[in-house]
Amino acid sequence: MDLELLSRLQFGITIGFHYLFPPLSIGLGLILVIMEGMYMKTKKLMYHRITRFWVKIFGLIFALGVATGIVMEFQFGTNWATYSRFVGDVFGSALAAEGVFAFFLESGFLAILLFGWDKVKPRTHFISTILVAFGAHLSAIWIVVANSWQQTPAGHHVVAFGDGMRAEIVDFWQVVFNPSFIDRITHVYMGAWQAGAFFVLSVAAFYLIRKKHREFAKGSIRIALVVAVFASIMQLVTGHSSAVTVAETQPAKMAAFEGHYPASAPAGLYLFGWVDEEAEETVGLQIPGLLSFMIDFDSSTPVTGLNAFPEEDRPPVNLVFQSYHIMVGIGMLLILFSLLGALGWWRRFLFEKRWLLWIFVFAVILPMAGNQLGWFSAEVGRQPWIVYGLLRTSDALSVSVGSGQVITSLILFTLIYLLLLVLFIYLLNEKIQKGPEDAVLEESKEGGARA
Amino acid sequence: MSFTFDLNTVWFIMVGVLFTGYALLDGFDLGVGALHLLTKSDTDRRLMINSIGPVWDGNEVWLVTGGGALFASFPEVYATAFSGFYMAMILLLFGLIFRAVAIDFRSKLVSKAWRQFWDISFSVSSIVSALLIGVALGNIAYGIPLDAGKEFVGTFFGLLHPYALMVGITTVSLFMMHGAIYAVMKTEGDLQDKLRGWVNPTIIFFIICYIIMTLATLLYLPHMSENLKASPVLFIVPILNALAIANIPREMHKGREGRAFLSSCASMIALMALFGVGMFPNLILSNPDPVNSLHIYNAASSQKTLKIMLIIATIGMPLVIAYTVSIYYVFRGKVKLDESSY
Repeated sequence: MDLELLSRLQFGITIGFHYLFPPLSIGLGLILVIMEGMYMKTKKLMYHRITRFWVKIFGLIFALGVATGIVMEFQFGTNWATYSRFVGDVFGSALAAEGVFAFFLESGFLAILLFGWDKVKPRTHFISTILVAFGAHLSAIWIVVANSWQQTPAGHHVVAFGDGMRAEIVDFWQVVFNPSFIDRITHVYMGAWQAGAFFVLSVAAFYLIRKKHREFAKGSIRIALVVAVFASIMQLVTGHSSAVTVAETQPAKMAAFEGHYPASAPAGLYLFGWVDEEAEETVGLQIPGLLSFMIDFDSSTPVTGLNAFPEEDRPPVNLVFQSYHIMVGIGMLLILFSLLGALGWWRRFLFEKRWLLWIFVFAVILPMAGNQLGWFSAEVGRQPWIVYGLLRTSDALSVSVGSGQVITSLILFTLIYLLLLVLFIYLLNEKIQKGPEDAVLEESKEGGARA
Repeated sequence: MSFTFDLNTVWFIMVGVLFTGYALLDGFDLGVGALHLLTKSDTDRRLMINSIGPVWDGNEVWLVTGGGALFASFPEVYATAFSGFYMAMILLLFGLIFRAVAIDFRSKLVSKAWRQFWDISFSVSSIVSALLIGVALGNIAYGIPLDAGKEFVGTFFGLLHPYALMVGITTVSLFMMHGAIYAVMKTEGDLQDKLRGWVNPTIIFFIICYIIMTLATLLYLPHMSENLKASPVLFIVPILNALAIANIPREMHKGREGRAFLSSCASMIALMALFGVGMFPNLILSNPDPVNSLHIYNAASSQKTLKIMLIIATIGMPLVIAYTVSIYYVFRGKVKLDESSY
């Protein structure tokens, strides 16, 4: 197999596996702040129990995020050395800022969040929780800055350096606030909040179905549902805004999202479909003119299609079309489920209807899949470029690394990650089955909650 | 090359400081890992893991940030070294992954086999990680084959020559000594007595390795002492290094583990400083063709980026030091097991 495909597969697998965890820690981080905040405000023991249980789960998720995260930072250098030489001057500052500002904050205060219950005052603990959640959000900023710069480079110039060329920074703030950054960071945040919220909903709904830990479960559901409704509706806004930016800044990607071939013609929006890349046509159920309307509020506005690009500048169309459409479909389902939950809360059937609870038990898979598919669409849709318009993926590889080495590391990563995934699910299940009981026993032993 | 205090030099020092921070901090928790299997009972092993429990993760961030700073300030070095040391880097990653997971997973189930598996993973991955870090340093000092395009043209097994392995083993011994002293500081009772008994053997092991490594460096790597010859005032560094090492057994003997630990930190700082003095202004030596070496000018980012990063570091590093100190302060004293422990 060729080196480029192997290296891309390895990057895809390692980042896909890594990205199971950060959205959960970002989303759950926010929810922990709300839970502990409720405890600080009301001093109700229930909120204390809720917080302590979810902190334990958070610890497990965070550990996997850390373990798989170091791989990401190393991999730019190991597998994409030419890319690293090209982007280091621009990209490096964002990575360094991430380390200095976000990672130290997160990992430092995580210690207090997990192990500091008896060592610090409740207020200090609460502040640590806030700082961990803040750090998690901050780390997403810098990595999305770097990735958005790859999608819509700005604030740089390309100059000769040594034997080759490289991008150098001209304006730091233009690099940070490159054209797609704001849309993409908000989209990433909402995706993460959805993941965190639906994760809590899933576990709590499961307890209600099993008629266990009812008060705990209801309290968790109320908090998570508020986040779920907000994030799911906001995701529609950020998703729309991201799509408009993609249409403006990366027209080949937008054309692939909708399987739109004509070089310049009004475009519709497919609800679902299939792209025949040989025949260069898309079949499916389409609302005519809607894509044009979404971009410009005019259904007759021409949209740049794939035929405007030479074949070597087009991404794989059907793959991107399908992942994008499934992501959008998931987004719609999540709005439906969160509103159904809200309706149930209002009409008082939320905790009673088993079918609704079963929906929530399984719905957690949707935001997890949606986050993966969203990144997949964004990254594969950028192909054949690694830095859009500036550097091709095929020119970005490490010169000194051969396919034999990448096959070895790819197989090892795949095996180790499969093992970790199985163990993670097993341990998560153990913790969920054990439930929040521990914390309660703990408190009665010590004669009440630590106020 | 003469010494000019410009942004490139500042970043040479900054990257050095970050990796020194990593060695001081993760050094002791890798060392605790390396010694882990020498404890036998489950409680002792839990105490070992929990002695580093709240801090190991933050310690590892120094490596992540050091790597990030290297990427940002000297992208050519990052690219050449990480792709050149491909299999070694992948092995280091597996080491760090297994270590992180072992610490977190080990005590989550009561099964004996489960705990034994993760105990072994924790210890082996700690030793392998320390060894690989040392081997990488050894290669950087010894020089690796680079072509005119700054690309590595050697092989994985070519990196495992006796000098690099010697630096690797010295790193393991240094971390074991550092970890043993830390563990004595954090424990009490029988376990502490047992750990106290390990400190001397680790000190002796380290000193033997250190002497062999120093001799080998002086004999075979004459370029590493050129800066020292050129500026004799720098001889203060190896002298301080020797004094700091000699002070460790003295403090241990007097029962002052805290001071012994600080001496161990001081000797690590001096060692890293010696390494930096020996390398400057090179970052990776090219061997056999020294003209292809990567140094702080032909491998650096633009002046603009170096300046931006200096601003980031000036704002960020005091915060980092403040959190690090407060976290260590919160978790000061002897380690105790409770329900939130690993």
